[in-house]
Formats: sequence, C-alpha cells, structure tokens
Amino acid sequence: MKSLVCVKRVPDTETRIRIGGDGTTVETAGVKYVLNPYDEFAVEAALKHKEAAGQGDVTVLSVGGSESAETLRTALAMGADAAVLLKSDRPLEGLAVARVIADEAKGREFDLLLFGMKAVDDDLSAVGPMVAELLGIPAATAVTEFSVEGGKVTAQCEIEGGSEVIELKIPCALTLTKGAYEPRYASLKGIMAAKKKPLEEKAVQGAPDGVTVQKRTYPAERAAGRIVGEGPDAVPELLRLLRQEAKVL
Amino acid sequence: MAGIFAFAESRDGELRKVAHEVVTAARTVADAMGTEVHAVLLGGPGTGAHAAELGQHGADKVFVGESGAFAHYSAEGFTTVIAGFIKEHGCDVAIFPATSMGKDLAPRVAARLGVGYVSEVTSLEVEGGSVVATRPEYSGKVFARVSFGEKPAVLSVRPNVFTATENAKAGAVETLDVSVNEADFGAIVREIKAAAGEKLDVGEAPIIVSGGRGLKEPENFKMLEELADAFKGKAAVGASRAVVDAGWRPHSEQVGQTGKTVAPTLYFAIGISGAIQHLAGMRTSRFIVAINKDPEAPIFKIADYGIVGDLFQIVPRLTEEVRKMM
Repeated sequence: MKSLVCVKRVPDTETRIRIGGDGTTVETAGVKYVLNPYDEFAVEAALKHKEAAGQGDVTVLSVGGSESAETLRTALAMGADAAVLLKSDRPLEGLAVARVIADEAKGREFDLLLFGMKAVDDDLSAVGPMVAELLGIPAATAVTEFSVEGGKVTAQCEIEGGSEVIELKIPCALTLTKGAYEPRYASLKGIMAAKKKPLEEKAVQGAPDGVTVQKRTYPAERAAGRIVGEGPDAVPELLRLLRQEAKVL
Repeated sequence: MAGIFAFAESRDGELRKVAHEVVTAARTVADAMGTEVHAVLLGGPGTGAHAAELGQHGADKVFVGESGAFAHYSAEGFTTVIAGFIKEHGCDVAIFPATSMGKDLAPRVAARLGVGYVSEVTSLEVEGGSVVATRPEYSGKVFARVSFGEKPAVLSVRPNVFTATENAKAGAVETLDVSVNEADFGAIVREIKAAAGEKLDVGEAPIIVSGGRGLKEPENFKMLEELADAFKGKAAVGASRAVVDAGWRPHSEQVGQTGKTVAPTLYFAIGISGAIQHLAGMRTSRFIVAINKDPEAPIFKIADYGIVGDLFQIVPRLTEEVRKMM
C-alpha cells in the first residue's frame, strides 16, 4: 500500500489573524504555525493502514515556501517515510495548488491519495476533489474512517444529519475529517529519525490563479450585547426580545 | 446564451431547502447581469416533481436529469453532466450549495472546466459585469473579497445566508439527457445512514443550541436536546471543541475552526466561555444568546442577549417557555 499524503502549514487555530498593511495579505510575523489539524488525520490514517498491512510506504507532500519543510518534518516524525516539498516562491490559490500536486502525483505510483478535509486557513475544502478530478480518479470527502480490501476502499463519509458509505476503486483520493484516526504524537525517537529521512525539494511554477483576493477585511464588529438579566426569571424577557425586537421567533 | 447556473440539490428524491437559497442567489446575480437562471436538478426517477418549486424561487428554466444511476449522488456522474451543461450553455457563473454534496461536486466541476473556485460564499455582488464574492477565511476571523479569472466563476454559497425568496413566475421545465453508465463510476454510494430521527445538521439548522464545558457532564446535553426539540424541527444541537475533544459529543456537531462554521438565525451559546476558535465559527449568526454564570466570559462581548446565571436552572425554564410558544 503506497500512500501519498498532502499536508499544509497553517497558523495555529488559537492565532489572532492580522491583515497586512496592503489590505490583501495576512501578517506572518510572530504567528505560530502548525501542521493543518485535518491533515494530521490523513497522516495518521496512512500510518495506521500501513501498519495494519505490515508493508507499504507513506510519502508526505506539501506545496509552499521553504518553511513548509518544517511541517513535512513533523509528519516524518510521526512516522511517514519520505517527504517532497513542491517549492513555490509565491502563495498559490486552490486550482494552482491542485495542478502542481496532480503533476507530481502523475509521476508517482500510489494507491491512496490522502488530504485533510479542509485547511483551517483558507477553509476552501477543494484541493482534494480538484486533484482527483485532474487525475481522473474517484474520491470521497469528509471521510471519518475507511477500510482497504481487495483493490477497493470502503469509506465512511460525514453528510448532513448522518453518514454514507462509499466504495471506491484504487487508486483513489480521500479527504479526512475527525473520526477514527486520533493523530499520534511524535516520539523523541521519531523526531530524531525524521532528521535522517529523505526530504526532496522541487521548484514549481504555479499556473495563473483561478481566483484573486482583492481585499481582506475583519468581520463587522458586533454591537455590544445586552445582559437581559440574571437567573431563570430573565427567560420570559429574553423570549420577548427574540420575538418582538429581534423578530427571530 | 449565457446565464447563471444553479445546482438544485436533492437527496432521496427530496429537494433540499438549500436548493431554494441557491436559486435565489442565482436570481440576484442574474438580475444584476441582465441574464437568466438555469437550474439543474439531478436525481433518480421522480425527482423532477420538484421542478416547479425551483421556478417559483427564481429559475427561468429548470433542467431535469433523471436516471437510475443518479438515485444516489455520484461525483463523477454529476460532474460530467454539469460541466457539460455549463460549457454548452456558456454559463458565466455556476452556483452550488456549500453542503457536503456541493463541496464535493463544485471543485470537481471547476477542475474539469479548468477554472478557479471558492467555497462558503456569504455575499455576492456584480461589478463591471463580473461577479465578486465575499467569503470567510480562518473560520470567519477574516473575510476575503475575491474576483474570478476565466469564466465561468464557480462558487458555493453557505447555507442559511441567502434567504430564499419566492417569485410569482413559474420557470419552464426541460429534460436533460443523462446517459451515464453506473459501471463507469469509480466511486459508488453503497448506503446512507441517517442519524437517529433524521436530525438537522448543525451546518444547516436555522437555530443552534450549543453547549460547552459549563454543561459539566455529557449526560447533561440531554437538556440541550430537549431545548432543541422544543423548537419543533428547526434546531440542532452544537458543541464546543472542548466537549468534542473530551468525547462528550460527535465531531459532526462541533462549531469552530476545527469544526463547522455556522450562520443560523439564532445561536444559543450555553456554558460556552467563547474561545477564539469558537467565536470565529459562530459569529456570523444573526442573533446570539449567551447563557453563562461568568459575567466576564468573552461570549457576552459578541452576544446580542445574555443571561448571567446557573444554566441548570435557566435552560429547563427556557425549554418550558419555548414549548408554550411553539
């Protein structure tokens, strides 16, 4: 079983996001970066299935600047076997990233192409299905758990109000969400071993952007609310306000 | 002829509420551009019964594609039909819902057409004849205003944001040829498992009753389920990251940066202090009610209405009063 896992370097979710002076970029100075939380599920799933099969390998791949090497080392420390950094000197948007990944994947043999369901920075939820489409392979999104048997993957996917079971021919792409795969912590031994694992860097030219961010703004401030009262006696007044003032009930 | 494409999502032969919202959003864009709305409805035999409804919400033409192979959603099958439709009709803009189906399908359609895509759009404008979308990033800590390169502009709109409006006009209904073969699909939906009692999803519910650590024990969420039930099918239960991480509630209910970003009409934050990643996920709610014993909790700074006090006394009273009202 050969897995190719795509990961991204993103600001930690506790970070307060600051817009740059140009009004379009996001400040990077002083920001703590982490391996995208959803990608951790994908790395964990790849490692689990490799362990269960007793064979195979897990390659992690990232598109980004040279600092993304650090993110790849994190995945190597968790247990991935090798890493590839597709180095771009400018940030790329969704379709451009998908094209770069698809081009790299075409030159490799893999059974599973794994992604996090979304990155917690751009919240796009698109690169996984886009890469699958560019490669002409089946995909399932928002996967919580999957099994591999007889050349097929059976994936449990989260949908509104429930779940669905999708059967996919291998090779296929899956985007992972929180479910059966609890990401492991890198052991000290893993961290030491990661330093010796192969991390290949390749310069890539992104295609022209499919979309362009013209401007970034902070959400409108919410007007300071009102304390309706204290304790259960405030409930009738709250409902009156919701009905007559807010008109939402 | 150009036109605006609207994807009318259905499941199990039933049109989803979000389909009306997508058609409404498409109507607004079409009016600003002086063009028509073309809604496409795909599903198993009988799905076309809902075509008139789409006309009432603003579709000038409703194209119905029925096939046994479409009784369940198929990313590959739907992509082929829709990308073909958009190309043939030369649509300028293609609008999908940002649901689990829409977010699976729309990026594939964009990639097939070789154009950009953005998801979770919360506002659409037309500027100089082109569509410009605004969407949250970092779960709503920042909003990005995005323009599109080559046509069509492909995007998905967040449920509950584009309020469905009715239009007196009934759209014309046409049949779409969907000669696809299920055997060609590399992925097949084998089974759909609905959560107990067809629960509303937190991403789509107009009312969310969310709980956090203040609930003290997982069993106490029963209290929130009762409150949600009192809203008679309009409310879903949500949860903070802390209680999901503790295993009290499923991740599908989590609101916040590593869960769902939501935009209901009414959001109850109960026993939730308001960590930055939770606030990011729910701040686009229209009205926020906070119930917390700590008057200094950050949640009160963004709540429209707050009650300070013991939630174990307040919530049962609230449930009782809501039951009387509904």
